[in-house]
Amino acid sequence: MARELWKGNEAFAEAAVRAGLQAYFGYPITPQTEALEYLSARMPELGRAFLQAESELGAINMVYGAACTGARVMTSTSSPGTSLMMEGLSYIAATEVPMVLVDVVRGGPGLGTIQPSQGDYNQIVHGGGHGDYHCIVLAPSTVQEAVDQVYEIFDLAEKYRSIGVILLDGTIGQMIERAEMPPMREIRKEIPEWAVRGGTGSNKRVLTSVHLVPEDMEVLDLRLIKKWQEVEKNEVRFTEYYMDDAKIAVVGFGTAGRIALSAVRTARTLGIPVGLIRPISLSPFPYQAIKEAAAQVDHILVVEMNSGMMLEDVMKVIKDSTNVEFYGRMGGIMPFPDEILSEIQRIASGTTPSDIHPRDRWLKRMESVVDF
Amino acid sequence: MVAMDLSEMEVVYQHPHALVDMYTHFCPGCTHGVAHRLVAEVLDEMALSERTIGVASVGCSVFSYNYLNIDFVQAPHGRAPAMATGVKRVLPDHIVMTYQGDGDMISIGAGEIVAAAGRGENITVIFINNANYGMTGGQMAPTTLPGMKTSSSPNGRDVEQAGYPILACELLSTQQGASYIARRSLHDPKNIRMAKKAIRLAFETQVRGLGFSMVELLSTCPTNWHMAPAKAVKWLEEKMIPYYPLGDYKVHPTISELKV
Repeated sequence: MARELWKGNEAFAEAAVRAGLQAYFGYPITPQTEALEYLSARMPELGRAFLQAESELGAINMVYGAACTGARVMTSTSSPGTSLMMEGLSYIAATEVPMVLVDVVRGGPGLGTIQPSQGDYNQIVHGGGHGDYHCIVLAPSTVQEAVDQVYEIFDLAEKYRSIGVILLDGTIGQMIERAEMPPMREIRKEIPEWAVRGGTGSNKRVLTSVHLVPEDMEVLDLRLIKKWQEVEKNEVRFTEYYMDDAKIAVVGFGTAGRIALSAVRTARTLGIPVGLIRPISLSPFPYQAIKEAAAQVDHILVVEMNSGMMLEDVMKVIKDSTNVEFYGRMGGIMPFPDEILSEIQRIASGTTPSDIHPRDRWLKRMESVVDF
Repeated sequence: MVAMDLSEMEVVYQHPHALVDMYTHFCPGCTHGVAHRLVAEVLDEMALSERTIGVASVGCSVFSYNYLNIDFVQAPHGRAPAMATGVKRVLPDHIVMTYQGDGDMISIGAGEIVAAAGRGENITVIFINNANYGMTGGQMAPTTLPGMKTSSSPNGRDVEQAGYPILACELLSTQQGASYIARRSLHDPKNIRMAKKAIRLAFETQVRGLGFSMVELLSTCPTNWHMAPAKAVKWLEEKMIPYYPLGDYKVHPTISELKV
């Protein structure tokens, strides 16, 4: 298959089709809508289920119903829509039916902005819905990665009977760049053992999230956590650039990681020993990679398009001996490579270790950039 | 005494196969059990159990999945029509039913039920209207009658403050996608038989692919109404039926010609 120009939202939609998507339910919201539009033509053309739901509440519960039959099913939305889907995601997590959500993230809170952001990190990576559950979360930095991750995440979701989320910055949904589509997979023929299909007597199946007896609920909760341990053991993904001799490590995911790479390359030409760690699985998070990097470098610079949500996860595994810095842009604004380069240069020229939280120091520096 | 040979006798009435043989957990005088039995009898008569998937809701209705001997999924509060839509769209040859109470269907789930009816979603909805939130202890529901006392309308439902009941059959029958909308009552044997016929016609509507079908069943809740079962039945007949008139609100021509 040749490399073609694809818009991110249409690219991940086609990748899902090729992964054997059997049903899609969605609702229009910028900057995700092209995926819904694309599938409104593509799915019926292949004789597969497509429905524009009455709301994101409707969409996620249609996904829930279809997932209970064992079908490969997906929805996509953007941040305010994701908030509405949180109820359904919690129920789906409790029922252990696999599904895929693509969250094309925009700036918030509230109705916010339609420009790209990474402000959904906490609501996706650290839950958002009620109760104890985890989702598998992957974050692409290019349209090609969005294609590859959507193609793969159905398998992960099914392997662990879990929710698979692609956390896609609005940037990647909206940009057009080269991507190669994977081959078309056959629609799955076999029905998973647990799926409802119409059965009575000893073949009757009930998929429910109600467990009124606390002992039963605790068993499910413990089992979900045990399953999550397996995910943590097997499914951590990240990539590293220029880390061999690095004394400064930049950590960024998705678009922020991609922009940081430009800054890192420029810094290298200036002789600064800086590398980049780009987490790809945000959940499970690459704690070990961060830990190992922290043992090697003097400084870690976390770059995000939010107020430092991943920063907290990075800091969890870093000892005081490593200086941590943060740089973020918010509200739909992406950092320019020059801004990140300035941060790298500032750190390379020697920063004084501080007890003040990296976010607080960043906020102070931002006062000279933005009037707030 | 002469021993009778039972094998040669015609079975005229028996425990439905689609109804699980178990003790009920519902309160004495509650009509959920009657509704379950009627659905089960219809599933048996139409031989649908092997291809029916139920969608349970939130409230006392949720445990329909324990009593009906068919595959079930369980929806978040009010979302059963959306979940049923998801099931039906990937398994269009299957029969999909939701079983919902009044708080679930016409309060928190009002959006989902109207959207499903408007789409003409080919599902069947069994709607239990007992004029209150039963499972949480008898609070005011959208179906609570004006002046009716509940735990959250202790002086009686004040329509100036809490508004008027939502009339589900009247509302949904305005939707073009709806093909069978009927209201029945479970307060006496005659009405129970009529309710069963309506449930049958609702499933016949779905089997024929005619679109959305819903049967509202006026039901008792003696515990939360603070009445003995016999009084609750009488109260339903005297107070609820005048407010919620029984009858067919919309019947597709194909179904009105059907003899069952």
